[in-house]
Order: sequence, then C-alpha cells, then structure tokens
Amino acid sequence: MEEKISIEEIRKEENLVFVKTKLLTDKSLSYCPGCGHGVAHRITMEVIEEMDLWADAIGVAPVGCSVLAYEFMNIDMQQAAHGRAPALATAIKRLMPNKLVFTYQGDGDLAAIGTAETIHACNRGENFTIIFINNGIYGMTGGQMAPTTIPGMKSSTSPYGRDVKIMGNPLKITELVATLPGTYSVSRHSVHTPGNVRKAKKAIRKAFENQKLERGVSFVEIVSNCNSGWKMTPNDSNIWMEENMFPYFPLGDIKVDGELVK
Amino acid sequence: MKELRLMKGNEAVAEAAIRAGADGYFGYPITPQSEVLEYLMTEKPYEKTGMVVLQAESEIAAINMVYGGASCGKKVMTSSSSPGISLKQEGLSYIAGAELPCLVVNVVRGGPGLGTIQPSQSDYFQATKGGGHGDYRLIVLAPASVQEMADFAKLGFELAFKYRNPVMILSDGAIGQMMEKVELEEQKPRWTDEEIVEISPWATTGKTPDRERNIITSLDLDSHRHEKHNEKLQAKYKKIQENEVRYEKIHCDDAEYIFVAYGTSARICQKSIELGRKKGIKIGLFRPITLFPYPSNALRELSQGLKGILSVEMNAGQMIEDIKLSVGTTFNVEHFGRMGGVIPTPNEVLEALEQKIIGG
Ligand SMILES: Cc1ncc(C[n+]2csc(CCOP(=O)(O)OP(=O)(O)O)c2C)c(N)n1
Ligand code: SF4
Repeated sequence: MEEKISIEEIRKEENLVFVKTKLLTDKSLSYCPGCGHGVAHRITMEVIEEMDLWADAIGVAPVGCSVLAYEFMNIDMQQAAHGRAPALATAIKRLMPNKLVFTYQGDGDLAAIGTAETIHACNRGENFTIIFINNGIYGMTGGQMAPTTIPGMKSSTSPYGRDVKIMGNPLKITELVATLPGTYSVSRHSVHTPGNVRKAKKAIRKAFENQKLERGVSFVEIVSNCNSGWKMTPNDSNIWMEENMFPYFPLGDIKVDGELVK
Repeated sequence: MKELRLMKGNEAVAEAAIRAGADGYFGYPITPQSEVLEYLMTEKPYEKTGMVVLQAESEIAAINMVYGGASCGKKVMTSSSSPGISLKQEGLSYIAGAELPCLVVNVVRGGPGLGTIQPSQSDYFQATKGGGHGDYRLIVLAPASVQEMADFAKLGFELAFKYRNPVMILSDGAIGQMMEKVELEEQKPRWTDEEIVEISPWATTGKTPDRERNIITSLDLDSHRHEKHNEKLQAKYKKIQENEVRYEKIHCDDAEYIFVAYGTSARICQKSIELGRKKGIKIGLFRPITLFPYPSNALRELSQGLKGILSVEMNAGQMIEDIKLSVGTTFNVEHFGRMGGVIPTPNEVLEALEQKIIGG
C-alpha cells in the first residue's frame, strides 16, 4: 500500500520553491483572474525586499484598476489624483531624496490625463521610477479606448475598432519619453510567461538601482493584458497580446544608461 | 530677533514662509502673484534652509506636488491667482479628503474666465464653501495688510498641522502688490526627520519595522465607512468653527451702523468711516479675519444694538450670504460692491451706506 504524505510534510523548508514576499499583504487581489497587474505588483515588491529597501520605499498609486495597489503593497503609499502620480513623486523625492520613490500607473493615467505630468517629470530628470502598465484600454471604467488602444482594436468607445481617421493615433509615450534628456533608462517588458516575468523583474531591479544614481527617471513599461476589457479568456488575451500588441509596442530596451538603443 | 522690512505682500508671504520653516513651495506663474515664486527663486532658500522651490508645469501639477509633499508630513505650500486656483480644486479636494496639512495662497483677480489682472474678491464662494467636489472646507484667512500676509503664512501652517487641513490665505491683487512695512519673525529651523515622525506619525516616511504601513488616500469604496469618514471631517470643521474664529472690530463701541468687509475692502471702509464720522454718522467696521470659520456669533451679538449693516465686497455680493445667515434675513443688511477688478472709493462706499442703509 502506498503511504500517504501529509501536507505538513510537504511544506518543509527544503521543499519550498515559492514564498510570498512580506511586502505583499494577505488581502486577496481585486484584479480579474488572469490580469497582469497582480504579477507586476508581486515582482515590484519582491525587488524592494531583495534590495532591502522596505523602510525606504514610498509608492504612488494611480487612478485605474490599480488604484487599490496600496491595499496589496505592504509599504508606505500615497494614492494620487488621476494622472498626477508623477507630480506627487516629484515632490516626495525632492523632499526626501534618500527614499526609493516610484509611481505605478496605467495607460489612461500616464498617457492621457497625466501626459503633462509624465512628460515634465521625465524631462526635468526627476530621480524616481515609473512603472507603467500598458493594457491598451481603460480597465477600471469598463473598457473604453485608451491612448494606447492600437489601430483596429475594439473597446466600448471604439466598438467597431479604433479608426485613426476619426479617433486619432495611439500614443507611443514610452518612445517619446525616451527621447527626453531627463530619462536615464527606458525599457518595455511583459509578465505573461515565466521568462518574461524574470526579465521584467530584472528591469525593475535595474530601474531602482538606477534611481540611486540620481541621473533621472528610470521608466519600465509592462505591456499587459486586460482580459475583461478585451472580452477574452486570459489565455486568448495573452495570445492576442503577443500577436497584436507586441508588434506595435516591441519589447526590449529603448534607452540604456542615458543613451537611446539604436 | 525680529526684522523690519519694506516689502510687497507677495514677497512678505514668501519670506515669512521660509522663516516659518517651510519645506517646499511649488507654483506656476500668474499675475498678480508671480512675485512669490520670483522672490523664492531669488532668495534661494534651498541653499539656506534646504527648502525646496520648484516651478511646476501647471497649477494642477503644483497642487499635486503639494499633495505628495504634505503626505510626507512636510510643510508645503503653493500660491496662485483665481484661474490657477480653479485648476487646483481637484487637488485641494483630495488633500482635504485625505486630511493633509498645506498652505495655499490665492491672490485674487477679477473673473470669471481669464477676467482681469486687477484685484477682486470674487472667489469668496469658491474659497469658503468648498471649491472642489465633495463636502469639505478650507480654513480661510483674509489678510488686510502686508503684515498679515507675513503673519498668516506662519499661522496658516500652524492651523494646517493642528487640524490636518488645507489652509487658504485669501488675499487679493492689491494686498499682494502693495508695499508696506512688515515685521518679520526670526528664522525657525525646518523640522528634522525625527520631528516629522513624531509630529505626523501618519506620514509616508517609509515603513519602518516598528509600525504598520502608512497609507494616504481619499478613497473608500465602502459607502458606510466613507460616511463615517465624512462625519469625522464634519466634526473637525465644527471644532474649527468653535475654536478658530478670528475678527477685528473698529469703532464699533458707539456704532449705529457697521460695514462688514475683509481684505482690501476693509481698508477702504476704514477711510469711509473717517469721512462718515466727520459727517456725524456713527459708523464702525467688523472685519472677519477667518472667512471660514465665519465669525457669525460675534457678528450676531454686535448686530443687536445696530440699525443696519452694509456688506462691502469687491464682487456681486457673496459674503453677504454669510452675514444674513449670522444676523437673520429680516435685519437691515445690504450689499455694495464693485466688480471686474474695480476698487471702490471711500466716498462711494459711504454714499452706498447713506442711500441703501440709512436712507433705506
Ligand atoms: C479626473 C478623473 N477623470 C476620470 C476618472 C475616471 N477614471 C477612473 S480610472 C480611468 C481610466 C483608467 O485606465 P488606465 O489608466 O489605463 O488603468 P487600468 O484601469 O486599465 O489599469 C478613468 C477614466 C477619474 N477617476 N478622475
Ligand atoms: S479590468 Fe482589466 S486591468 Fe482591470 S483588473 Fe480586470 S483584467 Fe485587470
């Protein structure tokens, strides 16, 4: 007869392959199952823990699906008005230069209503980090068109697909901020496969390390899915993202150590 | 040691803020208050006290910088004039909702719209009744001299931290631009990091192992809990109304009539009183210094022996609503005002009293 192994026996130190970081609270995430926000939260908090910066970290939550990021991130946090996170972060970092300051923003927040704050903080060369979740849609308000909704993509306010003649062009804000003298590092990643999660995490770590150099904004875009807003299953949304979003928003480094990648 | 200087109102508020130990100023140029930022950039307090001064890309950015700084327990401020203050309203609502201390100076110009750059008092409603969305109040201080511009910078920070509430200095283009003698207090040191943690244990200064994380937010998706939060805010405003009323009475002891006026209008009324008393009219001035909390009780008491009140405002009649709430609608109260940036003369104010109140 086969012997039954109890759960306690499995949960031994030597068997552990994953431990939730202390920098995430026990609150269950408010995100839709399959959404990339949760993974982006986790890797951001893991990096802060690994860098031993818990007591230094001050995060700024946006208005968007991640408005409640402060419920999940177990660090000191401020909740900004829609689009204004870079203004808050500017003041926090200037008033407390030794802290690790970052904003966590969606595309509507960062590239529509907050465009001025984004561009000017990036152009001034503020020494904080921007983590930008680009899901090509307004998730929180129910799936309206975003500045990063790609041509032809459907949303509740572009129900027949984005027609650029009527609705204008999407904004490649990440490429735009990379051209500004005040950004030091700019890169684009995704969190939909284990390999990509590892790369994104490395990029966030690099961005936080760059912040310590005080050479300007370190900017990490994560192209992510919004399976609810896109009206797809999580798996289909990831496939759709690979096939449609990545060609428009190619992954990789855009600016490294202050130099644009050719 | 105190120091005597000849300064513009806008310069005085800036200098007094430095001396009050301010940590940061964030602003955007607009007439008639650009001297605040110009003065700070010339004085370079960042080299002397470490105070941060930054010209923001807009008033929206500036107030949200104030929001970020206030969330860290820092003494932060902004200044602007009417159109710019309109842009700050969303931020002010967040700051009030999240219960943060900060100082906002409004050097009022005539509106609506781009209006004019001349002095006005047409932002009274906006300043005293909320301004942005939601049920909230600012503490509103109305200076009538360059000295008070300086004094209210310090007082403003004190009240802001005492109540964790935004404070507005509601000035106008005349007080901001004119030069007067001003006595400045000596430099106070800025708070140290340790002092900030002690004074504002709620501030986001980085989560240390000895405490839970600090969160600054105005959001609560649970409506019953959010109602509780609103009740707490209202209780705070009531406490402010009980404890922080400030006003001045001039020639009121034997008065049969009074002007009620603040800021520049109050100065003009003082001249009108001189002219009126020469003609034998027993007239005085009641000058609210706090516009919120409004000195209603003091005004009601004073009104008991009076024959009439003229509200003198550089607007279409805004503060008169608070006067009527104080003394009742059956009392003999009228409004006299000039609009669009016109400053009334002492003679026309006196004439208005004679026609609308004494003769009326
Ligand atoms: C001033 C203001 N305008 C509009 C809104 C409504 N609103 C809330 S979230 C949002 C869009 C968020 O989209 P995004 O930034 O892409 O984040 P996501 O929800 O997709 O993560 C909007 C328009 C608001 N809260 N405040
Ligand atoms: S609506 Fe979209 S972005 Fe928001 S939680 Fe759901 S999947 Fe994520």
